[in-house]
Amino acid sequence: MSNIINIRVTTEKCSGCGLCIKSCPFNCIALVDGVAFIQESCRLCGACVSVCEREAIVSESKNEKTGTIKYSGILIFVEQRKNVIAPVVFELIDKGRELADRLGEKLECVILGKDVKQQAEELFHYRVDRIHVYDSPFLEEFRDDPYSELLVCLIQEIKPSIFLLGATSEGRSIAPRIATRLRTGLTADCTGLETDSEGNLLQTRPAFGGNIMATIECRNTRPQIATVRYKVMKKAERVSAYKGELVCRDFDEKSIRNRTWVKKVAEAQGKGEASLTEANIIVSGGKGLGNPEGFKLVKELADVLGGAVGASRITVDEGWIPYPHQVGLSGRTVRPKLYIACGISGSVQHLAGMQTSDIVVAINKDPSAPIFRIADYGIVGDLYEVIPEIIKLVRELKEQK
Amino acid sequence: MEIIVCIKQVPAITEVRIDPETNTLVREGVEAAINPFDMYALEEGIRLRERYGGWTTVMSMGPSQAESALREALALGVDHAILLSDKAFAGADTLATAYTLACGIRKIGVYDIVICGLKTTDGDTGQVGPGLAEELGMPHVSYVRRIIDITGKTLLVERSLEDYYEEIEAPLPSLITVTKEINEPRLPSFKGKMAARKAPIEVWNSNDLGGVLDRFGIRGSPTQVMKVFNPQPRLKGELLQGNPKSQADQLVKRLVEKRLA
Ligand SMILES: Cc1cc2nc3c(=O)[nH]c(=O)nc-3n(C[C@H](O)[C@H](O)[C@H](O)COP(=O)(O)OP(=O)(O)OC[C@H]3O[C@@H](n4cnc5c(N)ncnc54)[C@H](O)[C@@H]3O)c2cc1C
Ligand SMILES: Nc1ncnc2c1ncn2[C@@H]1O[C@H](COP(=O)(O)O)[C@@H](O)[C@H]1O
Repeated sequence: MSNIINIRVTTEKCSGCGLCIKSCPFNCIALVDGVAFIQESCRLCGACVSVCEREAIVSESKNEKTGTIKYSGILIFVEQRKNVIAPVVFELIDKGRELADRLGEKLECVILGKDVKQQAEELFHYRVDRIHVYDSPFLEEFRDDPYSELLVCLIQEIKPSIFLLGATSEGRSIAPRIATRLRTGLTADCTGLETDSEGNLLQTRPAFGGNIMATIECRNTRPQIATVRYKVMKKAERVSAYKGELVCRDFDEKSIRNRTWVKKVAEAQGKGEASLTEANIIVSGGKGLGNPEGFKLVKELADVLGGAVGASRITVDEGWIPYPHQVGLSGRTVRPKLYIACGISGSVQHLAGMQTSDIVVAINKDPSAPIFRIADYGIVGDLYEVIPEIIKLVRELKEQK
Repeated sequence: MEIIVCIKQVPAITEVRIDPETNTLVREGVEAAINPFDMYALEEGIRLRERYGGWTTVMSMGPSQAESALREALALGVDHAILLSDKAFAGADTLATAYTLACGIRKIGVYDIVICGLKTTDGDTGQVGPGLAEELGMPHVSYVRRIIDITGKTLLVERSLEDYYEEIEAPLPSLITVTKEINEPRLPSFKGKMAARKAPIEVWNSNDLGGVLDRFGIRGSPTQVMKVFNPQPRLKGELLQGNPKSQADQLVKRLVEKRLA
């Protein structure tokens, strides 16, 4: 299954058994006049090809390799704000180092901002071979135009084979502009990155809201660009010494286009989102709380454990708790050491945002709730009976200390 | 003001389940619907027309079934609907989708603002919007949660980034992608539904668009899906038995062992 550009049914061979219809994850095969018919909504995933017992379904692949030779090395976009490097960058660096070592290529970083040289130098402690620094008051604030333009110029010059960005708001805003300009592939929100024997990047990401996983490749164009989900990969470790090269890059501000202007900046209130993604312990409440008051109990448990409060989407939609607390596909992705889900059924969309937590505890009345399938410790019971007991025990424990 | 809203028709599945035996999606009652995030884009497109006058056009690239999504949009109150549909567009990734939509929008010719949803629930990338802006050679502002004002040829919006908000000024034409905070989408009126039934939908194929054939659909898509599979289930956990007090006790003991309490 590779590089498919077309899938056809050899009607003479088709028995109309329907196996392929069942195999299609996208529901686009139908029986027409007793033979399989592939509709135009086909995504060319190839799932049907292998299930056909009569080899009636054939796929055609494209196989010209164009200009992939000149490109080498891994480039990472170092997102920073107010001179603090985004945590996801250290995860990208760890993965980037691993890939670079495997491919026998260089690991390079690029940072844009004002007075960021010191931050750049710090990155050498994470085994980066070369760091490109664009340092200018002009770049103090993130803006889509100049950021993407400078990155495109750098990529055209150093020709990395892989370019990685965090799947943050900023990363996801500029990556498509860059990929479009370079006419190359971009994979969003990756949770896994590997290479195949030819050095192509295998990019794994959740699709359909985490219901299925897809592995995506970009074989014929370079660089291969991916945004990578935060808190999925492990952070790089700081080493005491590593010798890399710092390249300060001058540029002519006037030649760099900028069309949007930042008029005002306001920090998000409550810092709910930031503290949630950073928290080591999260206690989350769901519809099972029954009413908004339930979050008081959730908060109490979070407080005794020294953790933050999360929530399922339903509770946010109902207005029980503000959006920044929402965990899941359309909320935050979190990866705490401990995640306690209280009265949450465990829909795929919720799981998509928390299933990489180290330890998951589920408290739910319904033993068949899907959350128990991923929980390390499951408690079948009424959360209003169980949580107060836990709070009591943890409090006693603290008093003993 | 000329407003263009891009919408996609997606499978209306909230809770997709995988059949553990056949490894495929369980799809009882799976219908197609407008991508939920695009409802906010549509609503904003209609509100802008109500506020500043002009026309709102909705555009979608997809198979002929996507007509029903466009009809829904007409029922909500958009003025024109255009479907980009051709076998050559099939299998498009976000680059090819952005290119195709750009060809369609260029064919329309006049536009002040293009509005996209934050992301789709099937492709789930959020890449088409900014990619489309790049194809059209215009700026974009992503994650817009409020349009503050449009004066002359200037757009003032509020965008939400990782943990801060920005007020951004952009020239027209610009493309914006909108979040769910931006509005509360309306429901179609009875009159709107009736009118939408008979409203014409223009369908443009690759010939109509002009454009480079090699940039459409699968040919124009640098990324390929190699494999689709189920997420790895976690290892089976432990169910803590007994009454609430004993369950709490067992849990706290384990948390203490793991130094979490
Ligand atoms: C495109 C899309 C994106 C989405 N994004 C997200 C997202 O980001 N995050 C998210 O969470 N959801 C998301 N959802 C919604 C998701 O599908 C579910 O609807 C939601 O997660 C369910 O929330 P819940 O578990 O709190 O509620 P329910 O599914 O109603 O579950 C409540 C649970 O509480 C249990 N319960 C009831 N009373 C008690 C009690 N007294 N004690 C113990 N247990 C009790 C019940 O047995 C039940 O299992 C998304 C959906 C879509 C379509
Ligand atoms: N086939 C399409 N036709 C029209 N608009 C689309 C299409 N695909 C994506 N879009 C727009 O781009 C946004 C982001 O989509 P995506 O990048 O697929 O997550 C959507 O919310 C739509 O506004």
